[in-house]
Amino acid sequence: MEESALGPEEQEPIEVCLMAGKIMLQSGAETYRVEDTMTRIAEALGLSGSHSYVTPTGIMFQSDNMRWAKLVRIMERTTDLQKVAEVNDISRKLANRDLTAAEARNRLAAIESSGHAYAVPLRIGAAAIASGCFTLMFQGGFSDFLPGIVCGGLGFSALILLHRLVKVKFFAEFTASFLIGIFAYLLLRAGLGADPGKIIIGSVMPLVPGLLITNAVRDLMAGHLVSGLSRGAEAFLTAFAIGAGIAVVFTIL
Amino acid sequence: MNLALHLVTSFIASAAFGIIFNAPKRTLLQCGASGMLGWAVYVLLNERLDTVLATVAATFIVGVVSQIFARTHKKPVILFSVSGIIPLVPGGLAYDAMRNFVENDYNTAVQLAAQAFLISGSIAIGLVLSEVLNQTWRKLSGR
Repeated sequence: MEESALGPEEQEPIEVCLMAGKIMLQSGAETYRVEDTMTRIAEALGLSGSHSYVTPTGIMFQSDNMRWAKLVRIMERTTDLQKVAEVNDISRKLANRDLTAAEARNRLAAIESSGHAYAVPLRIGAAAIASGCFTLMFQGGFSDFLPGIVCGGLGFSALILLHRLVKVKFFAEFTASFLIGIFAYLLLRAGLGADPGKIIIGSVMPLVPGLLITNAVRDLMAGHLVSGLSRGAEAFLTAFAIGAGIAVVFTIL
Repeated sequence: MNLALHLVTSFIASAAFGIIFNAPKRTLLQCGASGMLGWAVYVLLNERLDTVLATVAATFIVGVVSQIFARTHKKPVILFSVSGIIPLVPGGLAYDAMRNFVENDYNTAVQLAAQAFLISGSIAIGLVLSEVLNQTWRKLSGR
């Protein structure tokens, strides 16, 4: 079984598996689901005895048909539920033999290069409205609603902008929450809003690593100890960045 | 009246989170619904019970609702559960903890931080419980 003897037709199923796994992991799917989907696709494409080892920063994949294991490095992770749903759909179709390996590969390539389904202003608007609603949900008064919208929108736009400028996630989150705190107190000075605490909590919600926390614990419970711990560390870093940003506001005011 | 306000705001907030997380357009209403139901359970139970118990119950409901939506829409569960649990994340407690840390009141801060930690753990427990229920139900129903 020479590796060089593998033609493009034998390579295709392996690449489909790896691409599917890579897209799912980059879009925020749970580790056990990524492994499960890869094994299902491998089975549907006739790769026997496949093993995949998935961590948040890389995927290793090996099957009996291959002599070497393949490795994919994951650099960036975001939350993109649309991509998770689409890859899931492809895996379902492959299992029902509705798609060939080549078709699946083309569709995966299209998914990988597709952008966010919602425009940036719409996302900022959504974050702003969510922040306003959260201030009300956390027992803020109606006078806190408008400042919540303003601070939440500004904080989220700052996060998107900073994330484009500097590739350090920690810094972007820290600065965004710092700006939220500053603006909440500025609006309070200007006579808008009653309780800065409620405004800040509501506005910070779009930055909170909710998905990371739940994925971390679900990975741990599913027995993926390495992934669970490293995702937990990522969630802790984000939470720490947000908290530190707010803490700086408290100390200088 | 107050509950109606909670229902409306939590629905809008969860659906808006669907947009931030790039959920497919056709699932946004369901994202909002799962968030609204979870928050309603939380608000109603939190008046009588401990916050941790209320959170477990609320996330359990979010999990069950998400499983049902996932079944009917043939989409992964994570689509519906993520936006649903966001309102339950203990942001307020974490904020108060951080504030007390900065004000050098470490006793209160550690208490609040421990409570926030327990609540994030109970979010996970609620989700796992709903998943266990789903798996047992699937096995008992004969597949």
